[in-house]
Amino acid sequence: MKAKTVDKIATSVIIAIAALIVLVLAGLLGYILVRGLGHVSFHFLTSAPETIRKGGGIGPQLFNSIFLLVLTMIITIPIGLGAGIYMSEYAPSNKLTNAIRLVVEVLSSVPSIIVGLFGLLVLVNLFGFGFSLFSGALALTVFNLPLMVRITEQGLKGVPREQKEASLALGLSKWKTITSVMLPIAMPVILTGTILAAGRVFGEAAALLFTAGMSSPRLDFSDWNPLSPFSPLNPFRPAETLAVHIWKINSEGLAPDAGEIAAGASAVLVITVLLFNFAARWLGRYMYRKFTAIK
Amino acid sequence: MAQPLDRQKAKPHLAEEWVGKIYTLFCIAFLIITIISIVYFVASKGLSTFFKNHVNVLDLLTGLKWAPEGEPALFGALPFIFGSFSTSLLAAAIAAPLGFCAAVFMIEIAPKFGRQFLQPVIELLAGIPSVVYGFVGLSVIVPLFRDIFPGQGVGIAAGSIVLSIMILPTITTIATDALAALPKGLKEGSYALGATRWQTIYRIVLPTTLPALMTGIVLGIARAFGEALAVQMVIGNAPHIPSSLFESASTLTSAITLSMGNTAMGTAANNALWSLGLILMIMTFIFVFIVRWLERRSKI
Amino acid sequence: MKKTVVLLMVLTLTLALAACGQNNKGNNSGNAAPGSSEASESPASELKGSLLATGSSALQPLVDQVSKKFMDTNKGVSIQVQAGGSGQGLTQVSEGQSDIGNSDVFAEEKLDADKAAELIDHQVAVVGMAAVVNPNVAVDNLTKQQLVDIFTGKVTNWKDVGGNDQKIQIINRPSSSGTRATFEKYALGQKTEDPKGSIQEDSSGTVRKLVGETPGAIGYLALSYLNESVKTVKYEGVEATVDNIVSGTYPVWAYEHMYTKGEPNEVAKAFLDYMLSDEVQNSDVVELDYIPANQMQIKRDAQGNITK
Repeated sequence: MKAKTVDKIATSVIIAIAALIVLVLAGLLGYILVRGLGHVSFHFLTSAPETIRKGGGIGPQLFNSIFLLVLTMIITIPIGLGAGIYMSEYAPSNKLTNAIRLVVEVLSSVPSIIVGLFGLLVLVNLFGFGFSLFSGALALTVFNLPLMVRITEQGLKGVPREQKEASLALGLSKWKTITSVMLPIAMPVILTGTILAAGRVFGEAAALLFTAGMSSPRLDFSDWNPLSPFSPLNPFRPAETLAVHIWKINSEGLAPDAGEIAAGASAVLVITVLLFNFAARWLGRYMYRKFTAIK
Repeated sequence: MAQPLDRQKAKPHLAEEWVGKIYTLFCIAFLIITIISIVYFVASKGLSTFFKNHVNVLDLLTGLKWAPEGEPALFGALPFIFGSFSTSLLAAAIAAPLGFCAAVFMIEIAPKFGRQFLQPVIELLAGIPSVVYGFVGLSVIVPLFRDIFPGQGVGIAAGSIVLSIMILPTITTIATDALAALPKGLKEGSYALGATRWQTIYRIVLPTTLPALMTGIVLGIARAFGEALAVQMVIGNAPHIPSSLFESASTLTSAITLSMGNTAMGTAANNALWSLGLILMIMTFIFVFIVRWLERRSKI
Repeated sequence: MKKTVVLLMVLTLTLALAACGQNNKGNNSGNAAPGSSEASESPASELKGSLLATGSSALQPLVDQVSKKFMDTNKGVSIQVQAGGSGQGLTQVSEGQSDIGNSDVFAEEKLDADKAAELIDHQVAVVGMAAVVNPNVAVDNLTKQQLVDIFTGKVTNWKDVGGNDQKIQIINRPSSSGTRATFEKYALGQKTEDPKGSIQEDSSGTVRKLVGETPGAIGYLALSYLNESVKTVKYEGVEATVDNIVSGTYPVWAYEHMYTKGEPNEVAKAFLDYMLSDEVQNSDVVELDYIPANQMQIKRDAQGNITK
């Protein structure tokens, strides 16, 4: 009898805790969205921020965040895929490979602030890229790479052995087998993981404070020549992303509506990250169905 | 694996093979060079405090006073080390039971609801950017603590609450995986012997999954240890060991973000911040090794 | 060892650059050629070139705004303004990575003496600072000694300096902060150690928020950050106003510096001249709540010596 009461109490405690977690998240999201959404408008999303006047927007910051994400992914994906393929297909199982695995693990756990400091020292100062999108993208690559490697490895490990062996038996080279047989099969896993990693880039701030800078130059959105200093596409201009903007406006904002802008920007940021999450989930499920279903 | 095929390969295949091999090798080399250069640069900067500015290592690790630009300059980093450990350990202490309960709920109590609803919800927590956590912490938790508890609201308590929510997904995900991987026979045997669900969880599930749970907790601590902006916004940043959980304190990361932009490279004050970074990095490595060790143990 | 690592890094990065250049269809290839694309459009102006100004986040809004006006009239010039902190600005200008280093403090206070000697100071504005308290604190005036007692932790209750019986909560800046250096030098006259329990925030916005919310709080802010959420207290009976700072009766203020390494080049000189012109000093500087440097009736050097 007593054991049953204990069981009942324990079960209700566990259910209560699960409910608490849901409540915390709901409260968190609710708080951010309710405070922020009122401020979000088309004007807010597209106009430039104001230093001391009311009514500034987050247009350049939003663009910077997206552009930085694209740049980071352009660098991360080829290198991450390559390294992942090596780890899963080419690496011999010996001590060296184990050491490399450890290195990847260590790299994935380096705190983002350390990556930021490293970027400041090496990319910004030593290589002279300055506070720029490019420095920021390279710094973000550093901590996205291990994730990408792990995702690729996971995806390739999930490919049925028979499929791989059939391809090899048909006389295809190993590389061809990997690129045209295994990668397409592993795609859903890799894609889902990549989108989730991309969401992380979007929210990162600590590493960017020291690499992409805390200012955004005037952007001329009619100038799409990437070499022009005012072109939004120039990767060597400083760029404040949305997450950094929240940090800055919270701390140094002079505009009278700084609080609302921070709240609005937080809401936009959270919504974007949520979209990434849902997109990853949806795409993963969609591709899984497409690849497994019989037509 | 495909050694016998090598001899039959035609020439274009060979070229293709080489391209692939060299490309992937280059990618992995990039990764290795990156980590080596991170370690090298952070270490060379961090160590110059001791070699160039002649600060005693022990003074830095055990000193209680931090005044790198004072007269005389003092480099006691113990308050930061203490702050980092206490916030991240406390955060793990809060998040670990919550994460374990959430995992039990998902696997043992309501698998369908848990998998379809609770798990995505918890994963969403991982996606929220840390600046937003800091922002919410500063506008909700700090004023709340200021009203309820003596003190100003900022401090280790506020910091670890914010961190515990941030690391909850890490711990929960690993705990869920561990519970799901448990052989069915174990639990069924326990139920067959007449044990209640709680007895089974407490006597069978918890002990067998403990190493994996520990892995999750250590990973959570590692993440909390390295988190910078969210903590800096709510902890108060006084360079002292606080006498209560609600008194302004500092962590390694908050000290770095607070002063890095204000100090000029190459000065003693700046090098000291790099030393803090070095300590942070070494601690991260130690956490990685603990995780490895735990993983190896859980395999046996 | 160092060389090989650097070399390897350069090599991989170059390769990475090349790789992403291909992927990006040329969007990303090579370094930016600043100013070149717009040079042809401006036959009227002879000035051509690019400038990079880095440093103080407190000065960044002003330099940013003025640089935009400057670029409107000089189409051949491109100026980038980056904020990363005074220390970063001084490091980068001293090492030649940027043309202008913005700083809240004299270079001598951050850099080694020989490095600071290479830099030329251009004082473009003055920023005043005032002690602020929570609106519920019933104190209007604090003397220098009272401030020293508060910030060193000797006085911990407002009743000892003429207020209600309430604990004093210090909201300070980190010891590396330029704002703190100014406040300690000119308001307190001495460096202070941090008493236990004091809160430290590097940013004016957070200081203002915490002073406004925390009962019994005291902090200090640049004049541009003052608003109704905090109460400004007089210093030795003198109010922190522009007039009092200009005439030299209120001592807690600092220059905003723009440093160049050696004599500025043609473009930098033109920009700095424009910065100091009446056109900018009387409009943008005042608009952003700084005090025009050319209006100051007194001058101060790095050691704090005042000349009329």
